[in-house]
Amino acid sequence: MASALINVPKKAKRGDIIEIKTLMSHIMETGFRHTAAGKLIPRDIVTSFTCRFNGAEIFRADLFPAIAANPFVSFFTVATESGRFDFEWIGDNGFTETASATIAVE
Amino acid sequence: MRKRLAPTRRRFLGLAGSAATISVIPGVSLRPAEATPETMAAAIRTVVGGAVVQTGKVKLDIPPLVENGNTVPMTVSVASPMSADDYVKSIHVFNEKNPQPNMGNFYLPKAGRAQISTRVRLADSQKIIAIARLSDGSFWSVSADVVVTLAACTEEVM
Repeated sequence: MASALINVPKKAKRGDIIEIKTLMSHIMETGFRHTAAGKLIPRDIVTSFTCRFNGAEIFRADLFPAIAANPFVSFFTVATESGRFDFEWIGDNGFTETASATIAVE
Repeated sequence: MRKRLAPTRRRFLGLAGSAATISVIPGVSLRPAEATPETMAAAIRTVVGGAVVQTGKVKLDIPPLVENGNTVPMTVSVASPMSADDYVKSIHVFNEKNPQPNMGNFYLPKAGRAQISTRVRLADSQKIIAIARLSDGSFWSVSADVVVTLAACTEEVM
């Protein structure tokens, strides 16, 4: 679980626009590289990232090999109520990781 | 004196090295299948369908000169009030010369601001296109040209 880094403000005023930054530790092997022997290295990337707030989806991304290793994604949302952000990364070879963060809205 | 000379010499060698890299890159032809402006156009068509893509509203922040194509910071923002009836549905980013034309699709069902940041790979100096789909069904785009000195994706690994 330590492989995800999440940056969400702990507190916000109602109606504030807040930035959420996420970083997932992952090799993001493109599937286009070869070994010195000429063998193709199979693709191993994170293909999908989703963020839900209190169960409702607020952000989703389809990722491709063109995303750098350790995919960093940042986005914005509006602080409407206190609650929990759930983050989910899904990738090749059965890769799944989740993380969560809470926010207090006053 | 010596101490002063050493870094200058190092810097000179460094510059010479990067100059050599620049001159070598156009000659590289061992690259596997790569996206072409046509495959990029096809990838864009799968997203926009037959709709007209207008220029404007979208801003693409990416360094014009990149030393290392393996990790390039990129920010896409769209001028939009993000209100209940006028908002950005999704942002799509495409490239011309990576092995694949798609870079990322970002869906913003509840974003406070139509802006996303990520880090991308660039296999060559090329044009990047960002397209935004608005809630009224219109598409807006912007493009940026990036010069890459050290390309991503192509190197061999042991």
